[in-house]
Amino acid sequence: MAQAKLLPRDLELPLDLRLPRIGSVDAVALEARAGELAKRSIKKGAKLAALDLAIRMIDLTTLEGADTPGKVSALCAKAMRPDPTDPGIPAVAAVCVYPNLVAVARAKLAGSTVKVASVATAFPSGQSPIDVKLADVHEAVALGADEIDMVIDRGAFLSGRYAKVVDEIVRVKEACGDAHLKVILETGELGTYDNVRRASLLAIAAGADFIKTSTGKVSPAATLPVTLCMLEVIRDVHDETGRVIGMKPAGGIRTAKQAIQYLCVLNETLGSAWLTPDLFRFGASSLLNDVLMQIRKQRSGAYQSGDYFTID
Amino acid sequence: MAAKTPAARAVPSPLEWEYAPAPEARDVVSLEERYGLFIGGEQVAPRSRKWFATTSPSTEEHLADVALAGARDVDLAVQAARGAFEDGWSTLRPAERAKYLFRIARLIQERSRELAVAESLDGGKPIKESRDVDLPLAAAHFFYYAGWADKLEYAFPNRRPRPLGVAGQIIPWNFPLLMLAWKIAPALACGNTVVLKPAETTPLTALIFTDICCQAELPPGVVNIVTGDGSTGAHLVKHPDLDKVAFTGSTEVGKAIQRELAGTGVKLTLELGGKAANIVFDDCALDQAVEGIVNGIYFNQGHVCCAGSRLLVQESIAEQLVTKLKRRLRTIRVGDPLDKNTDLGAINSRMQLDRIHELVAAGKEEGAEMYQPPCRLPEKGYWFAPTVFTNVAQSSRIAQEEIFGPVLSVLTFRTPAEAVEKANNTPYGLSAGVWTEKGSRILWVAERLRAGVVWANTFNRFDPTSPFGGYKESGFGREGGLHGLEPYVRFDR
Amino acid sequence: MSRIAVRKTYKLHIGGAFPRSESGRTYEAEGQNVARASRKDARDAVKAARGAFPKWAGATPYNRGQVLYRLAEMMETRAADLGRSCSGRREVERAIDRVVWYAGWADKLPQVLGGSNPVAGPYFNFTVPEPTGVVAILAPELPALDGLVSRIAPVIVSGNTAVVVTSGTRPLAALELAEAIATSDLPGGVVNLLTGYRDELAPVLASHMDVNAIDLTGAGDETAELEVLAADNVKRVVRAGGEQSPWEISAFLELKTVWHPVGT
Repeated sequence: MAQAKLLPRDLELPLDLRLPRIGSVDAVALEARAGELAKRSIKKGAKLAALDLAIRMIDLTTLEGADTPGKVSALCAKAMRPDPTDPGIPAVAAVCVYPNLVAVARAKLAGSTVKVASVATAFPSGQSPIDVKLADVHEAVALGADEIDMVIDRGAFLSGRYAKVVDEIVRVKEACGDAHLKVILETGELGTYDNVRRASLLAIAAGADFIKTSTGKVSPAATLPVTLCMLEVIRDVHDETGRVIGMKPAGGIRTAKQAIQYLCVLNETLGSAWLTPDLFRFGASSLLNDVLMQIRKQRSGAYQSGDYFTID
Repeated sequence: MAAKTPAARAVPSPLEWEYAPAPEARDVVSLEERYGLFIGGEQVAPRSRKWFATTSPSTEEHLADVALAGARDVDLAVQAARGAFEDGWSTLRPAERAKYLFRIARLIQERSRELAVAESLDGGKPIKESRDVDLPLAAAHFFYYAGWADKLEYAFPNRRPRPLGVAGQIIPWNFPLLMLAWKIAPALACGNTVVLKPAETTPLTALIFTDICCQAELPPGVVNIVTGDGSTGAHLVKHPDLDKVAFTGSTEVGKAIQRELAGTGVKLTLELGGKAANIVFDDCALDQAVEGIVNGIYFNQGHVCCAGSRLLVQESIAEQLVTKLKRRLRTIRVGDPLDKNTDLGAINSRMQLDRIHELVAAGKEEGAEMYQPPCRLPEKGYWFAPTVFTNVAQSSRIAQEEIFGPVLSVLTFRTPAEAVEKANNTPYGLSAGVWTEKGSRILWVAERLRAGVVWANTFNRFDPTSPFGGYKESGFGREGGLHGLEPYVRFDR
Repeated sequence: MSRIAVRKTYKLHIGGAFPRSESGRTYEAEGQNVARASRKDARDAVKAARGAFPKWAGATPYNRGQVLYRLAEMMETRAADLGRSCSGRREVERAIDRVVWYAGWADKLPQVLGGSNPVAGPYFNFTVPEPTGVVAILAPELPALDGLVSRIAPVIVSGNTAVVVTSGTRPLAALELAEAIATSDLPGGVVNLLTGYRDELAPVLASHMDVNAIDLTGAGDETAELEVLAADNVKRVVRAGGEQSPWEISAFLELKTVWHPVGT
């Protein structure tokens, strides 16, 4: 039997961890805390500031089989100038499309601050061989995507093949080159907050720049408690390693009121350093018009109608 | 972050986001200039001819004048209660008694916004708490006990429960309306009539409640409210025609009452102070445990008998936990109780504030290390920032004495047995918390804790179905649940 | 000239709605044309009851108690109409008070029917009562209102949902009650009322494999045949016990016992 090597004298094993312990999440308490944060009452100037920030954080999204160059062009115009009657309204952060529409988006958005994000890796299911998924990423980047939103292999995750999950993310990150990587966990399929926490830690360890809740194709998509859970992971990683990771809730965020609730959760979990589109995005489409309506209502005092805001 | 930065980047730097004031409307409550005593179904001026002011502890403004009941007033109230008991309430069909209580529950629900605002104005607690905790629980308490009124024979197998008669009830200032509900609902459900004395600094919701009794058309004299100070309470306890006394308040006064009633045969229940241990193991759900600790000691400004005022944290995670805790304290918003975003309201009175200062000074003197987050406290009113002491010894005053304020003392332990030993090492025994993801450990620790309420992976949860009360010097008797009936009945056979 | 009244049409109550029988049939009772429910209506009612069960059983006991109390509030408002459909005011008041009585049990049942069990070993052991699921009820012919209420209330207070075959000769009280139910915050599908011929409907429900229990209080001579049919999926077979009591409720409850070790 081989002998273990002797450790050198006076060796002090490091007390700090390279990564936070996986740990557990109590669902009842997590949901209660998210519920408390959702009750914050944000008014007047604070509300306008939050609504302006929310717009700047939107990844305006269309991910349909029926997407055409016409549809995506119109979306890009909306992304750059959400309210043609009000030049004070900022542009959104990005437009998020399928790889086939990346070139159209890129051309339309040229010269603006709006980024092009592309989904890739056999979105939304992720159920394809790794080579297909990597080719998907390479193509999207070559066509001009600034950001890649990938999906993890939930089949591998749920059957305990965590190494495969991590390996795929590492390889996708390589394929991204300069493009920044968001990793979609598809929290609605993971079943427990413990799993969400574990998947978040794996994604970050593998090189994610952002962790993202959902594809938007599965219900439930983003929720306040799941977002809080993921932000707590980001906080732990920052405490342990100093790394700064972003977060994106996507799917099911349709109203300005919800957007403000998410910002309260973000503000009181990670603080104002994370209140920037560099570190937080909303994956949404109809949210934009509701925020525009709320801004106009806040300024004019009157409740608004959808007729006065363009649908692109 | 590994993102390429385009040339024309117009994204501003991170937002410093101040929440704007979000005040709850005060005009939902209209206060009288002065409130008499509520005796025999009517508001009456006090025979004592004495009045005192109730003020808002957050602004020190005068809210209303309130009667100070003297011995004669207390006597009239007890007489009214006795009359109502004999003349109908005790012989009323229990199903009809139940319906009065259901009416009161519904009326509390209907007027809950008004009552919540009054509660926050009078007592200093955040509107978020009075609206979302005190009021719903008060209504639920009446609803629950209404259902028992005509089912008492199922609560006591093979016994015939009967009402006691007239109960004298004295309640504290930390959950004024809720404590009133905890006292009056079971008493009335069992067929008794009551004379209740609200706390000196928080009479208003009890007085609005008398209007609810009138709206419910409760027979006169079934509920009597005598406002006043410590002397009023003493007169009530000493009254020779009481069958029962129920007291919630400090251990010191509880002992005095117990001595006073010795030998009289008057039934007594006491719900007194506490110094609860919140025990956190290294395998807990960490961020949720931090929330539980915060809730345990800062909810209601720590003016809670069952507050988790001692944090017993397993040494292996102590540093990590305390770091998270201190950071969490920085997001606690202290301020106007009527602001919907306020997390920590005003201290109930100058007297209570002085006591907190005294004990905090003692803590510092005894060598503990104090941390308070930066906090802008208002000019007027009584305020104390959320505080945590580390490096606390088991023997120090801040680990032994009840502070009744937003002050947490942190101690460590190594093993479950040691945690239990330290948790039990106190004359109090009201409540305790246990934080671990391991089920068997929860049950093992709960089995050994000498406390009337054990919260596992949660804290400060109350429900009308759940019995509440203490071991040792935290008092005896239970409120809530089936067990909350026993203190209000006697058995014929 | 005197005013012509707008007469009520009497329909079934299924899934919170008031449909006619899918068969289109009616029969005459108490001088009215009343829907004559078919086996397919019974099937639809069971489906509605099953669909409503998770949410109703998952509601807090406090919530269920309040909803039943609200049903009593709605019945009180309609006391005059209800009185005309049964033997009179006294019966209505008894029925309303009965609903209030049962409402008060919602949040007390485990305290009387369950509890922790002191097993001889290092285990925490406790028993909780739970609703059994979908309950078919054959309501007694009389009293038209109170008989019906005395069988429905103990079934639903604990979280069960019900499919009720009403009195054949006196069905109008059930339909008046349906209107109170529809305005009471009881979710659609918790109580489903089928008017029609008991001998057509009872065997369908007794043999239905997705019905968990059957209350045969209103069954006549066909009781034995119905009990045979009920055995196909081991239905709980119940008959009214007499006075209102928590044991009228527990007849429709399952008991679950849970063990967990106690140790560090």
